[in-house]
Amino acid sequence: MSRKQIHEMGVAELAVTIADKQTSSVEAVQALLARAKQHADLGAYLAFNEDLTLAQARAADARIAAGERGPLLGVPLAHKDIFVTQGFPTTAGSKMLEGYRSPFDATVVSRLAAAGAVTLGKLNCDEFAMGGSNENSAYGVARNPWDTGRVPGGSSGGSAVAVAARLAPAVTGTDTGGSIRQPASFCNVTGIKPTYGRCSRYGMVAFASSLDQAGPMARSAADCATLLSAMAGPDIDRDSTSLDHPAEDYSRLLGAPREGATAALPLKGLRIGLPREFFGEGCAPDVLAAVRAALAEYEKLGATLVDISLPRTQLSIPVYYIIAPAEASSNLSRFDGVKFGHRAAQYDDLIDMYKKSRSEGFGPEVQRRIMIGTYVLSHGYYDAYYLKAQQIRRLIAQDFQNAFAQCDLIAGPAAPTTAWKIGEKSDDPVANYLADIFTLPASLAGLPGMSVPAGFGDGHMPVGLQLIGNYFKEAELLQTADAFQRATDWHTRAPSGF
Amino acid sequence: MSKQQASLLVQGYEVVIGFETHAQLATQSKIFSRAPTAFGAEPNTQACAVDLALPGTLPVMNREAVACAIRFGLSVGSLVAEHSVFARKNYFYPDLPKGYQISQFEIPVVQGGEVSFFLGDEKKTVRLVRAHLEEDAGKSLHETFHGMSGIDLNRAGTPLLEIVTEPDIRSSAEAVAYAKELHKIVTWIGICDGNMQEGSFRCDANVSVRKPGQPLGTRREIKNLNSFKFMQQAIDYEVRWQIEQIEDGHAIQQATVLFDPDTGETRAMRTKEDAADYRYFPDPDLPPLVIARSWVDEVKAAMPELPRAMAERFVRDYALPEYDATTLTQSPAMAAYFETAAKASGQAKMASNWIMGEVSRRLNNEEKDIAQVPVSADTLAALLKRIADGTISNNAAKQVMDAVWVTADIVDENDTLSATAMVIQDVDAVIEAKGLRQMNDSGALEKIIDEVMAANAPMVEQFRAGKDKAFNALVGLVMKASKGKANPQQANDLLKQKLG
Repeated sequence: MSRKQIHEMGVAELAVTIADKQTSSVEAVQALLARAKQHADLGAYLAFNEDLTLAQARAADARIAAGERGPLLGVPLAHKDIFVTQGFPTTAGSKMLEGYRSPFDATVVSRLAAAGAVTLGKLNCDEFAMGGSNENSAYGVARNPWDTGRVPGGSSGGSAVAVAARLAPAVTGTDTGGSIRQPASFCNVTGIKPTYGRCSRYGMVAFASSLDQAGPMARSAADCATLLSAMAGPDIDRDSTSLDHPAEDYSRLLGAPREGATAALPLKGLRIGLPREFFGEGCAPDVLAAVRAALAEYEKLGATLVDISLPRTQLSIPVYYIIAPAEASSNLSRFDGVKFGHRAAQYDDLIDMYKKSRSEGFGPEVQRRIMIGTYVLSHGYYDAYYLKAQQIRRLIAQDFQNAFAQCDLIAGPAAPTTAWKIGEKSDDPVANYLADIFTLPASLAGLPGMSVPAGFGDGHMPVGLQLIGNYFKEAELLQTADAFQRATDWHTRAPSGF
Repeated sequence: MSKQQASLLVQGYEVVIGFETHAQLATQSKIFSRAPTAFGAEPNTQACAVDLALPGTLPVMNREAVACAIRFGLSVGSLVAEHSVFARKNYFYPDLPKGYQISQFEIPVVQGGEVSFFLGDEKKTVRLVRAHLEEDAGKSLHETFHGMSGIDLNRAGTPLLEIVTEPDIRSSAEAVAYAKELHKIVTWIGICDGNMQEGSFRCDANVSVRKPGQPLGTRREIKNLNSFKFMQQAIDYEVRWQIEQIEDGHAIQQATVLFDPDTGETRAMRTKEDAADYRYFPDPDLPPLVIARSWVDEVKAAMPELPRAMAERFVRDYALPEYDATTLTQSPAMAAYFETAAKASGQAKMASNWIMGEVSRRLNNEEKDIAQVPVSADTLAALLKRIADGTISNNAAKQVMDAVWVTADIVDENDTLSATAMVIQDVDAVIEAKGLRQMNDSGALEKIIDEVMAANAPMVEQFRAGKDKAFNALVGLVMKASKGKANPQQANDLLKQKLG
């Protein structure tokens, strides 16, 4: 029998295989758990709970035996360790939360579970989602399977590695300033960050509340659509920033040509805006070459390319690195050693306990951002930094609205380079911050964005094409990416040996 | 400067006081979580994941707390902001689980307004700056933990309305009168249970002194004044202390102080030097609070008549003195009791006198509240009617009251119709049973007077010789001979006539 192996299947294929009883959810999770352990050196997973995973798989198999079908029923997934989970420890990649057990599941986790998905385990990430290389995890680096000497990107690094190395058919990630799109780009994975407020933040360990957003990462836009349909939807009783906007079937436009287009030219009439600022000297030539080639493919599918401008792109870096640390400095105040999380073993008094517990529990990048955030919110600096940043943030959002008058969606590189070597930038935080330039604008504006495998750059490292849509245009983004993926096979490529 | 102001000066200094009051809102659940707000439960049993600030939890606004803020705003003539903003006040303390308090900073929900009240017979008005919604912290327990501190988070997340005045108050007496009026308002409109012992109504007083005409002096804030008695003592002490300091040539340092009821003194907790930088910023977990005009209208339609408006109406409709009207509008129950009795009897002033006198005295003796009064307003009205129509004297009425005060407990309050009938019968039955009916028959009274005059001839002689005192003695004897049933006025008139 020359059937594909479990790990070679994406979500759709695996769901059908399980539903048709060619394999069971239990068999699928056993195969994937074994594979994950075999590739433990990649540093993708932080925690397993085999008993719980198998129990969930058995429950899914029972639902299937009872005649139920569903696009995620019995499908094994894994969650970024930013999502709190009852059955697994939740660390947020931090020593501060070593051994922490949440008494409840994140909304995203419980929604996927309700759809019948089975949790394989928890995935490595930068500490409290702060970073773009996964090198800030307190539990070790995650390695890019395309070159294990390179970073997978971050902060959803473990998530990208798990998908790229076929350790899970799909995973969850979170994106505050590019934490889904950039690792997806680095690892040849498809990932989408929806409109801010689409996915409930309830149960996501908060980094920057006004930016944090959950999203799926998978091997295709179609699989992302399946996951997002289950993950998103209003949760206004638990998250006040959750949009009171009805849940959608994000798969509804897949495979169909755009309105007025044809099967041969499915993207006919689609105007793709190319921001000048994304195609300048700030972007590596190999990345630009791959992105331009991918854009040529979109033209072949009927799309037209439009020159646009996002004039405040450069400002998105200082704006983001004021707002995100400001919110983080406050969000992370609850980790004080009093109620949960790390508490220093020895201390003289209350203040000493705070200082020692937080100095020991937080890594250097988290401490750096807490200090930046505390500084910019301080009396006398608030107007000059935080307030000014909020004003520019609104202008950045306005720039997008101006651009969307000329185009239907925006495309460009997801990151200025391909994945760098482990350790290469770890002594230079600013270099890390600058690498976020293409993902930050959409984050600040709260717009949906995705990264779609677009080919390879130097050293055969993956390049992702970023697509940015207007608010609530996830289905259109996924439709566009899906049309590209039906015409190309970049997204199906696996790193050698995986 | 007016005479009145001059009389308020303390050793030549003007006292300037502003108030910050934390009223705990009487909601079922907390301001940003669904945990209950019950007081006095076992530690940490009324705190949910949100109150504990567990990772991943988020605040969700309790609509009922907003409704309370709207009610308050409407009751003091404030602007209820269509758009207000929650902010984080950041500081570390073990009983502050998130490391920040969610409050309102730049744009509060209630803006402006004023509270008016009578101090003696003088009407005073204190302007409000604002009232904002915020969450309470937990409690640190420093006893009985073997050298460690315990944290009880039951109170964490309890909704508070912080009500801030302009520095309009000029004496400790005025401060207490303001606080009492505010207490009356928040309990009247049902947004706060007003229990000061349990901390449901906590006042902070910002106190400074200055020479008249000078700019405001440096203030010290007296925290957590949780009784009206301590409030006055604390402010009086603080004013004396500040004047002494200034007279001794010391400048006042801005500070937060606590009042110690045992010593009667205030002492500094912290000075401005160690004031924290709270790093306020809009809470990104909570969108701006938007209150539609229609919501305000809905709340307004359900508002009870406010005490001040009701007092003014009592003056107007029942011709009551201002003092009576103010006293009778201490609580909705008291006002309703009065109004029912006044309407049913048609004797408003008499009802007011009886409620402020006999009824209040009896309630005080029994440490009861007006809500627990054993005599219904209808019974009181029946009694007042019998006084008014001359059936019984005022003194006799007190004896009737003695009787119904005890027995009224058995009246079936649910069966109002028959209860009313029974009540009137009751009063009349008591009058008959006790033989308290006033002697309005002049023939019988004349007979008694004749007998008294005959039996007390020397006294009659004395009166006729010009000793007016003897007349009163004779009236007393007539009343006694009638066993109190004689109408005193009638007795007076007849006696005068006969002695004439």
